[in-house]
Amino acid sequence: MAECHPVGFQWVVEAKERGARVFHVDPRFTRTSALADRHLPIRAGSDIVLLGALINHVLTNGLEFREYVLAYTNAATIVSEDFRDTEDLDGLFSGWDPETATYDPRSWAYESTGEQPPAERAEGGPLHAEAAGAHAYGAGGPAAHPNPRTDPTLTHPRCVYQILKRHFARYTPELVERLCGIPRDGFAELAEAVTANSGRERTTAWVYSVGWTQHTVGAQYIRSASILQLLLGNMGRPGGGILALRGHASIQGSTDIPTLFNILPGYLDMPHAERHEGLDQYLELEGGATGFWGNRRSYLVSLLKAWWGDAATEANDFCFGHLPRLTGDHGHYTTVMGQIDGTVKGYFVIGENPAVGSSGGRAQRLGLANLDWLVVRDLTLVETATFWLDGPELETGELRTEEIGTEVFFLPAASHVEKEGTFTNTQRLLQWREKALDPPGDCRSELWFYHRLGKLVRQRMTDDEIDRPVRELTWDYPEHGPHREPSAEAVLREINGVGPDGRALSSSTQLRPDGSTACGCWIYCGVYADEVNQAARRRPGREQSPVAPEWGWAWPANRRILYNRASADPEGRPWSERKAYVWWDAERGEWTGHDVPDCELRKPPDHVPPEGARAEAALAGTDPFIMQSDGKGWLYVPAGLADGPLPAHYEPHESPVTNPLYAQQANPARRTYHRPESPYNAPGGRFPYVLTTYRLTEHHTAGAMSRPLAYLAELQPELFCEVSPQLAGHLGLTNGDWATIVTSRAVVEARVLVTGRMRPLRVEGRVVHQVGLPYHWGWGGDGLVTGDVANDLLPLVLDPNVYIQEGKAMTCDVRPGRRPRGRAALDLLEMYRHG
Amino acid sequence: MIRQLRGEDGRSDAARSARTDALRPRTEDATTVARSVCPYCAVGCGQLVYVQDGRVTQIEGDPDSPISRGRLCPKGAASKQLVTHPGRRTEVLHRRPYGTTWERLDLDTAMEMIADRVVRTRRETWEQTHEGRVVRRTLGIASLGGATLDDEENYLMKKLYTALGAIQVENQARV
Repeated sequence: MAECHPVGFQWVVEAKERGARVFHVDPRFTRTSALADRHLPIRAGSDIVLLGALINHVLTNGLEFREYVLAYTNAATIVSEDFRDTEDLDGLFSGWDPETATYDPRSWAYESTGEQPPAERAEGGPLHAEAAGAHAYGAGGPAAHPNPRTDPTLTHPRCVYQILKRHFARYTPELVERLCGIPRDGFAELAEAVTANSGRERTTAWVYSVGWTQHTVGAQYIRSASILQLLLGNMGRPGGGILALRGHASIQGSTDIPTLFNILPGYLDMPHAERHEGLDQYLELEGGATGFWGNRRSYLVSLLKAWWGDAATEANDFCFGHLPRLTGDHGHYTTVMGQIDGTVKGYFVIGENPAVGSSGGRAQRLGLANLDWLVVRDLTLVETATFWLDGPELETGELRTEEIGTEVFFLPAASHVEKEGTFTNTQRLLQWREKALDPPGDCRSELWFYHRLGKLVRQRMTDDEIDRPVRELTWDYPEHGPHREPSAEAVLREINGVGPDGRALSSSTQLRPDGSTACGCWIYCGVYADEVNQAARRRPGREQSPVAPEWGWAWPANRRILYNRASADPEGRPWSERKAYVWWDAERGEWTGHDVPDCELRKPPDHVPPEGARAEAALAGTDPFIMQSDGKGWLYVPAGLADGPLPAHYEPHESPVTNPLYAQQANPARRTYHRPESPYNAPGGRFPYVLTTYRLTEHHTAGAMSRPLAYLAELQPELFCEVSPQLAGHLGLTNGDWATIVTSRAVVEARVLVTGRMRPLRVEGRVVHQVGLPYHWGWGGDGLVTGDVANDLLPLVLDPNVYIQEGKAMTCDVRPGRRPRGRAALDLLEMYRHG
Repeated sequence: MIRQLRGEDGRSDAARSARTDALRPRTEDATTVARSVCPYCAVGCGQLVYVQDGRVTQIEGDPDSPISRGRLCPKGAASKQLVTHPGRRTEVLHRRPYGTTWERLDLDTAMEMIADRVVRTRRETWEQTHEGRVVRRTLGIASLGGATLDDEENYLMKKLYTALGAIQVENQARV
C-alpha cells in the first residue's frame, strides 16, 4: 500500500500512531513492511491457507462475535442434505461434472427451498458461470430463500456454522507453516491481534489489491476474508471492512458503468441467449424477489428507457430485444483467441496497452497482427499501436512488417486536465474534474470520440431491422466549445436519471418498473439530485466531520460505509460508544448517525416483514445486508459462485508444491486455454522458482503514463528482478548484472537486484525461492526508458468467476546473463517447453 | 554564505538573499486554477491545475481534499509532465495494411474512415441467431478500454457498443 497507494497509506500511518497494529502479509519486504509492526512473508498463492487458519482459530476457540453472527449472517441456516464438502470429496464440492469441468450448484442450496430452476439456467449454473455471471454480484448476491430453516443454537450438523467448522478444521497453524512459510509465532501474533481487535469496542480492517485477485482462486480469496470479517463482526462498521485498493483512477467506475462484456450498468447481467428470451424470463432468473434486487425490473426498464427513449414501450418489452445476447465467455483473453482465429476483425484499444499490459503478450500481439483494422487512442504511441513496426516478434522472425495486414489508426487523446468528467475512486466516491484547458492539436476526449463516432455511424444506418437499435438510440447531447465537445454533465445527468416530469431523480428508490423513469445506472441515481452535480462538491475536509459527506458523492445514496446498519446492534443501538456510526432514534422514529444509513430510514429495528413481502419490504429491521435476498451476510454461499460455496486451498495453476490437502491440485473450475499460443509450464524441475509480479511507486502499469516522464524514468530507469542473496549465490547472479527469467511463454532479461527483502521460505520441508518482477517496461511506447515485457512471462489461466488472470503466482527459471536474441530466443523456449 | 560560515543554520534565515526574496511561485500568476483529480491510482487525490497563457504551469495537491490533504505521490507530483512532456502525440497517424511507415491523416477523415469500417465489419459479421437462438450481435468488433476513462466516457462506450451489438467490450478492470 505504501508503494502503490502512497497517499492513502498516510491514514494507516496515522492509525498506527494512534495505537493500531499493522501487519503486512506479502512475499516481499516493501516500504509497507518497513512501516508495519510486523511483516509476514508468504508464499505467493497460499493465502487461503492463512485466512482459513484464522477462521479455524476463531471457530475453534469460540472467538466469533456471537451476537453479530447470529443476527446478521447466515451462520444458523440449514443447508441441503445433498451438499458434500471438499473434505468429503477430496477437493471437490458436490455437483461437479468432470465432462464439462463445471459445477451444478443445486446441492449447495439451503434446505428445502422449494422448486429450483433447471441446472442449466440456475444462477451459478454452467451457463451462468460460463458468462462470468458471478461478477454481477459486485452489488449483491443471487437468489436464496428469504426465510430459510435455521438453528439459532448453531449446533445442527448441517447449519452453516458447523459446516464451516468442519470445512476449515484442517487449516491449522502447522499447515500455515508448511504451505505459506509463515512461522507459528508469526501466525499466533497475527491471530491474537486480529481477534483482540474485533468485537464491540474494536474493529479490524483488511486491505488488499491485485495480490489477492490475480489468482485462479481470486474470488475465493476475497470470500475467505469475508467469512473472517463476518465472524468477527467487522463488516458495516467504522474501521472494519475488506478494502479493495484499486489501481487506476476510475477502475471502480469502469466496473460500475462497465465496459465489461458480462454486465450492464449497475451490475445487471448482460442477457444470455439460452437463459433469457424475454424481459420477464430475464427478471425471473436474475436474482431473488426479496431484498433491494427485488426492484431489478425498475432498474433495468429505467436503463432501457435511458438508452432507447420513446422507442422503449411496455408493448415491446422496453426494447429488451435490442440488447445483444451472450453465449458464453466473451472476455478479454477469449477475444484475443478470436483475433488469432480471425473471427474478430476490428479492435478499439482506448487508453490501454495490451501488447505490454496483458498476460501472455505474445498472444496479444499475434492477435493484433491478424486484425483487419485497429484503432488505438492514447497520449503517446504505445506499443499496441506500433507492434507492426518494432514488436518483439519481428526480432524473432515470427512476424514481418510487410506481411501484417492490420490497418492501424492512432488518434491522440485528451489528458485528464483537458476534459471534464468524473472518476470513481476506490471507495466508490465520484469526484468531478473541472477542465483546465482545451486539448492540443488533434487530441480529443473519449467522450468526443464516441459521441462523434456514434453520430457518423448513425448517418450510415439503413431501414434494415439490424440497424434499429442504433437508429433508435438516444444520442442527442448538447455540444460546446471549438471542438463541439459533448456535455459531460448532460451525460452524468442521464446516468443519474429523470422522472416523469423530466426532472433529475434524487434516489434509486424513485425508479419505476413501468417506463415512467429513465436512469443510465441505478446505483449512481442521486449524483445529480436537485439538478446539482453532487460529484463536484468540494467542501474542504477540515470544515467537515471525518466522514466528509460533502466532498464528492459516493454511490449508493452518498453512503460512505456500506451495510452500515450492522454498526448498530439488532435493537438499533451502537455496539459501543467508541464505534457508534449509525443508530435508531426511537423518538424521531428514524435511523440517524454520522453517515447516510444503509437501510430504509423509517423501518424500526423490531420490524418483522409480512409473509410473502417482496423487495425491500421483505427485509426485517435487523437485516443489514439489504442487497441479499435474505438480508444476511453470507458465510456460506448457496448459489452464484462457479467454484464452490466455500473457499478451499488449491495451488496456483503453476506451482512447485503438491497440494497436501486434497487430491485436487489446482482449482478444478479454473479457465485454461489449451492452444499453441498459450503454453503452460510443466510441473517439476524445469521451472523450480515462484514468480510474482508487482508495481513500483514511480511507475504506472504498462508504463504509458510514466515511462515518457523524465522525473519518473530517472527514478526507475530499468527492469529488474528481486532475488534473495541465497538464490543469487545458488545461481551465480551478481547484483547489478543481468539475469534471464524463463517461462514456457517467454524469455525476459532484467537487471539483478540481490536483496534481503526477498526471503527464501521453508515450504513442505524444503526451501522455496521467490522471484519478484515489476512489469512497467516495454520496448517503445515513446518511453524515455525501455525494457523487456514482464507480462509476456504470464500464463493465460483465469479465475472461473470473474476471468481475471493468475498474474501473481506462477513458476519460472532464472539464468545468469542476458537473454538470447532472435531465433536463439525461440530455441531456448523450445528447450524449456519440450526438454 | 557569510552568515552560514558564521555558524547560522543554513536552512533558515541564513540562506535568504535578495534573489530568494524576489522569487515568486509560478502558481501566483496563474490565470485559472482547475480543481481536478490525480489520474494514476484509485485513491483519488485532489489536484489543483494552474494554467497561464493557455499552458499548464503547475499541478499541485489540493489541501481541501479530505482524502489526500494536499499530498501527492511521485507520480501525482509528476503529472504536469504527463500533460506537457514533449513526447506527447497530438497528430492522427495511419498505417495502411502491409505498410511499413506511419502516414499523417486528417482527424475528420480518420473519423469517417473508422465509421465506415465499423459499419462494414458489423454488417459482414452480423450474427442474428446462434444455435437457433436470437443473439443480434457481432463478434467481429471488440474493444478494450483503460481504467482512466471517465464514467461518462465509459457510459457512452457501453451504450454505443451495445446498440451496435458488439459484446466483446472489455476493460482494465478485468485484467
